[in-house]
Amino acid sequence: MAITKAVPQGTEDGDDRDGHGDPRAPRERTEEGRHLNSPLLLTMLMLVLVLLQSPIRRALSAPVMQSWTTVFVAVMVQALPFLVLGVLLSAAIAVFVPPSFFARALPRRPALAVPVAGAAGAVLPGCECASVPVAGALVRRGVTPAAALAFLLSAPAINPIVLTATAVAFPGNPQMVLARLVASLLVACAMGWLWLRLGRTDWLKPPSRPSHDAQGKGEAFWGSVRHDVMHAGGFLVVGAMAAATLKAVAPESWLRAAADNPVLAVLALAILAVVLSICSEADAFVAASLSQFSLTARLTFLVVGPMIDLKLFAMQAGTFGRAFALRFAPATFALAVTVSVLTGWVML
Amino acid sequence: MGDVVNRQAQSAVLFLLGASLLHAGTTDLYLRYVKQGLRPLVLVAGAVLIAAAVATIWYERKRAGRRDPGGAQDHVHPEPRVSWLLVLPLLALILVAPPALGSYSATRTGTALQEPLAYPALPAADPLPLSVVDYAGRAVYDHGRTLRDRRVRLTGFLALDPDGTPYLVRMALNCCAADAQPVKVALTGQVPPVLQPDTWLQVTGTYTPRRAEDPVNGGPIPFIEVTEAKPVAAPKDPYDESWNG
Repeated sequence: MAITKAVPQGTEDGDDRDGHGDPRAPRERTEEGRHLNSPLLLTMLMLVLVLLQSPIRRALSAPVMQSWTTVFVAVMVQALPFLVLGVLLSAAIAVFVPPSFFARALPRRPALAVPVAGAAGAVLPGCECASVPVAGALVRRGVTPAAALAFLLSAPAINPIVLTATAVAFPGNPQMVLARLVASLLVACAMGWLWLRLGRTDWLKPPSRPSHDAQGKGEAFWGSVRHDVMHAGGFLVVGAMAAATLKAVAPESWLRAAADNPVLAVLALAILAVVLSICSEADAFVAASLSQFSLTARLTFLVVGPMIDLKLFAMQAGTFGRAFALRFAPATFALAVTVSVLTGWVML
Repeated sequence: MGDVVNRQAQSAVLFLLGASLLHAGTTDLYLRYVKQGLRPLVLVAGAVLIAAAVATIWYERKRAGRRDPGGAQDHVHPEPRVSWLLVLPLLALILVAPPALGSYSATRTGTALQEPLAYPALPAADPLPLSVVDYAGRAVYDHGRTLRDRRVRLTGFLALDPDGTPYLVRMALNCCAADAQPVKVALTGQVPPVLQPDTWLQVTGTYTPRRAEDPVNGGPIPFIEVTEAKPVAAPKDPYDESWNG
């Protein structure tokens, strides 16, 4: 194993403490060796960037780059407060709420726990950035993954703030609010039940943090906040970059061509919801302005967006693992589109 | 040892990120990216991030003072490399501070004009200051009933159509710049001879029933008969937030 030679000395003692013959240990060690873990490097990077700031500014002054940077910064500035809210909640769940609480609060049978957790999503006021860390904390706290996933999907779509925004955005179509609530809850529960039938726990990444039991509560709380912000925040950056790229590059005139065909319209808006990665508190206004599309297509936009989009996918991959996200995201997308079309057909 | 260093670098990133959010929230910078209503949340988030950075350092020093032999709990799984991407938004915010969305986005996105719920009576000022969104809504959906024989004054930035039609644009925003959409009013009459996109203009003019169709989404674009146009400084809040209710 030549790769182990590259391991810097400093990481050795860290691994030896819990060295228990884990077969994956050599690989983990090299990975750790490649981590950028020095404040010196960080300082140098900052210095270089400050010195190069005028060439950087010049490179970013082209209209495409400018609009890219603006959208990127905007998604980050808008999402960070909600991410911080979710991270604080998740840290509070991890540190102050004993696992026995969830065992008592949720029905014992997983099949019943799924709809209860889905409906409980209504109490988390925030957008999708907040629900990912909270759902992660629920899984670590022993909640059955199916119920936590139902919560993850329903919380950003059915909380009162989002439903009020939907009512304000669609003053002429109050049934839109009900349709959104029903369709989102249905998809969330269906995904939970689907996980019960087909899901495998080894798709989920094992919890990547130490147990908090031996630490003080304050230390564990802030440790969890730091860990979650660094972790989910990094993936949020990836998602924000992808969304900014597509927003700056893909021409909107494509949409116009799709609006006339009912099937294409639904698919186009479903894909647009994934690509745009708009906060669920604002997506209703965007949907309202896509007035050349049918109400069913716009309902699809509202149901798909809070459940799966580029930044959410990146964050889910970070929190639950790539193997999970690669299976979960397409299934959610397909189910969300199907349920939206059916709901739209019945209710709109 | 490696973990300690790693955690110090992490708290540096958290601290800088929190500081840049506080910087954006205490100046008008945040208005280029998000709606006004998010300001308290931005400030709180900045403060929490700084608190997390300080707490990390504080517990680190306490642990170093204690020298606890606490074994396994000491070993923290390293953060993935993707975490260091968090440096990007803070650099973009502090070093570049990109401008609010302008003519590039406006010409690539169709007008987002929607029918207003009501047309409240207008005050008797002359010229009457109106928002671009208000003028466009009254002109298109009320056929300018409340605008006849009035001199109105609109403020927005310039954008040029591919075929050269000048528009006065205001981006309407619901949450953040990613969902900002333009509302456009086309200029006719005494339009300034030199038109530089992204210049902020204060336009005085009168209603005209002339209409155009947005080349991007076919949405309605009303005209205004310009009698006077002068460049002005960009407003504090470059976006129109009237749809936030």
